[in-house]
Amino acid sequence: MAVKTYLQAISDGLRDEMRRDPRVFLLGEDIGVYGGAFKVTQGFQAEFGEDRVIDSPLSETAIVGACTGAALMGMRPVCEMQFSDFISCAFDQLTTVAAKQHYRVGTPVPIVVRLPSGGGFSGGPFHSQNPEGYFAHCPGLKIVVPATPADAKGLLVQAIRDPNPVLYFEHKHLYRRIKGEVPEGEHAVEFGKARIHQAGDDLTVITYGAMVYTAEEAAARAAEQDGTSVEIIDLRTLVPWDTEAVLASVAKTGKVIVLHEDTRTSGFGAEIAATIAEHAFEQLDAPVVRISPPDTPVPFSPSLEKAFLPQVEDVAAAIQQLSAY
Amino acid sequence: MTTGTIVDVVMPQMGVSVSEGTITRWTKQVGERIEADETIVEISTDKVDTEVPSPASGVVRELLAAEGETVPVNTRIAVIDTAGDAAGTPAAAPEPPAAEQPAAPEPAPEAVVEETRAPAPSPAAAAPAPAAPPANGGGDQSGRAFISPVVARMLSEHSLDVSQIPGTGRGGRVTKKDVQNFIEGGAPAAAPTAPPVHDIPHFAPPTPEPAAEPAAPAAAQAAPAPDATKVPGTVVADDDVEVYQFNTIRKVIARHMRHSIDTAAHVTTVIEVDMTGVVNLRRKFKPIYQQRHNVNLTYLPFIARATIDAIGAWPWVNAEVQGETALIKKHVNMGMAVAIDDAKGLLVPVIHRAEEMNLVGLSRAVSEMAEKARTKTLTPDEMSGGSFTITNPGVFGVLMGTPIIPEGQVAILDVEAIVKRPVVVTDKHGNDSIAIRHMMFLCLSYDHRLVDGAYAAQFLAQVKSSLESWDEQAFGL
Repeated sequence: MAVKTYLQAISDGLRDEMRRDPRVFLLGEDIGVYGGAFKVTQGFQAEFGEDRVIDSPLSETAIVGACTGAALMGMRPVCEMQFSDFISCAFDQLTTVAAKQHYRVGTPVPIVVRLPSGGGFSGGPFHSQNPEGYFAHCPGLKIVVPATPADAKGLLVQAIRDPNPVLYFEHKHLYRRIKGEVPEGEHAVEFGKARIHQAGDDLTVITYGAMVYTAEEAAARAAEQDGTSVEIIDLRTLVPWDTEAVLASVAKTGKVIVLHEDTRTSGFGAEIAATIAEHAFEQLDAPVVRISPPDTPVPFSPSLEKAFLPQVEDVAAAIQQLSAY
Repeated sequence: MTTGTIVDVVMPQMGVSVSEGTITRWTKQVGERIEADETIVEISTDKVDTEVPSPASGVVRELLAAEGETVPVNTRIAVIDTAGDAAGTPAAAPEPPAAEQPAAPEPAPEAVVEETRAPAPSPAAAAPAPAAPPANGGGDQSGRAFISPVVARMLSEHSLDVSQIPGTGRGGRVTKKDVQNFIEGGAPAAAPTAPPVHDIPHFAPPTPEPAAEPAAPAAAQAAPAPDATKVPGTVVADDDVEVYQFNTIRKVIARHMRHSIDTAAHVTTVIEVDMTGVVNLRRKFKPIYQQRHNVNLTYLPFIARATIDAIGAWPWVNAEVQGETALIKKHVNMGMAVAIDDAKGLLVPVIHRAEEMNLVGLSRAVSEMAEKARTKTLTPDEMSGGSFTITNPGVFGVLMGTPIIPEGQVAILDVEAIVKRPVVVTDKHGNDSIAIRHMMFLCLSYDHRLVDGAYAAQFLAQVKSSLESWDEQAFGL
């Protein structure tokens, strides 16, 4: 298997599916001639032509609306929000139209919305968010949050083949920073199956996206400092999410940290914590700990953003405290 | 000490009628830093056991009452210096409160574990590192009493008593790992305080039985958690006494028995039954039952069946009293007392809807429940919901007893030994003669709040009559 960046893996997945299935086409701002703000679709227009790699006007409502219509006509559109933050403009098209179409009429809406998300590079409050929480709350949408290059490809392929609207959150901070082996050719990853990023006995960190790596570094420190053995679960998809894997790990360790980069209140971590309290109460040896940014916009100032985002030190300290509980 | 910064901690008034309180445990020692509202002491009164929050932030300057000491409400028990910082004023020179404690005059090897946390006389207090307690979780020592859900479940599944398990978690809390280690027989890594007595016979951890005296000085180091589950009057073991800490079953029995005595109006009535007919029947059918039904036919199913039939006619003995209401139960859920752990414990499995069973079914249920009780595999459902209980100490040869009625029921039948006795029998022509018969007493304890003597007597008379006239045809074979 070839080693690729997270970004290359996304490109590969898109390209493979476009070659495999003529119904797949792309729509988004500056994705054609320019190759996309992050160059995910660089060279795509040359290979697939202007009809399948379409530069759209600056209207997220129009992009998602057009995709929904095309999907109803039998196409498999994949659209890109230049930054996931901009998806709020398409909120109504997604939550009212796309998410409820199958329920109301029985016609599926197989669209994928690619969402470059996350902070860590001073993008400020409009270019750094992780808005998965809004949409995880809306029945009818699926939410995908890959952390590794292999999953970035496999989950994107699966998203394109899924008959439902899928929000695909690709973390910008991982684009070129994370490399890993990616299977060539056919590679799809099933939704709703978490991945044990690393196995451990003493406590469990449940997370997804870029925070998987924050957890990994913190766990390495904890192992070095006092031999604490941390299990890290990468959820991979939030809707559906793998309750079985989470509850099994809780039964094993009895201590849980839920970690995410979205803000705290009503973040997806709350759902995880509540599910654990409901179904694994008698397995708990300590309170479930949530680590997340505070309920504020993402700051622009680098030092403030660092304070905002969960850092390795924060997670390591929480691991130590929980381990000693 | 500047007087303006001194705040007194007093024994609080816990309820209007409470006049005094006992210091259970100081959670802070002289020289330690404390924040307002943080627990400074655990106290125990007639009404409640509670934690007392500190009225101010500062440094504990004096502790004026020893653990175990009882003082009147509003007595000064501690002094907090709001200006001081922990490292600052070395003037503390605290008199160690433990010195006043009457218990443990000389350090008896075991059982004094809880004393070891008392302040080490002065030197330690003179230079207390401000960050000392947080090393193990913020210095809140009350964690010992907290039992996490998973620990609660494991304790229950293994019939363990938390006070027996050394805790290594925050504030000495017993963690899941501590329980796992204990079950696997391993000593805890950090704080080996050997449990003084293993009170669960089927579960004696193999390790430290014989002479595991915890080295006293080791215990004096900060690690071992004080045993907050023990109350002040420290138990001191000596050569003549073995200390037995109640296990969970014992505690439950103690609580229920006491409560039943305190609520039900106990009366016991005795009747004598001629069991000769049943003895003969059993002798005849025991091998047949064994062969045909694979059950061991004992006397108990006969007595249970006769009792159930009598309950049909006298249903008030199958009831529950709630205040001034009685709930007359429509099904006979027959509790059956079974001694376990070499008669040092007792479980009462319940045969639900026993009235629906014939002698075969009852025989099987009785032996299954007894087996499950002995192997401790009864489910909660199988131990609850009883409406009437039979206890059978007769197997040990005893002749009479006055059992305590189980909580939530109004009667318990005590089945005594069957013994051969010369008795006067009268034949159908009215001729008396002395014969050797198999005789047995049945003792019924009942709650006089609901059941009067005449009612109980007639119930017993019917049981007697059924047993004495057992019809072979009605055997249900």
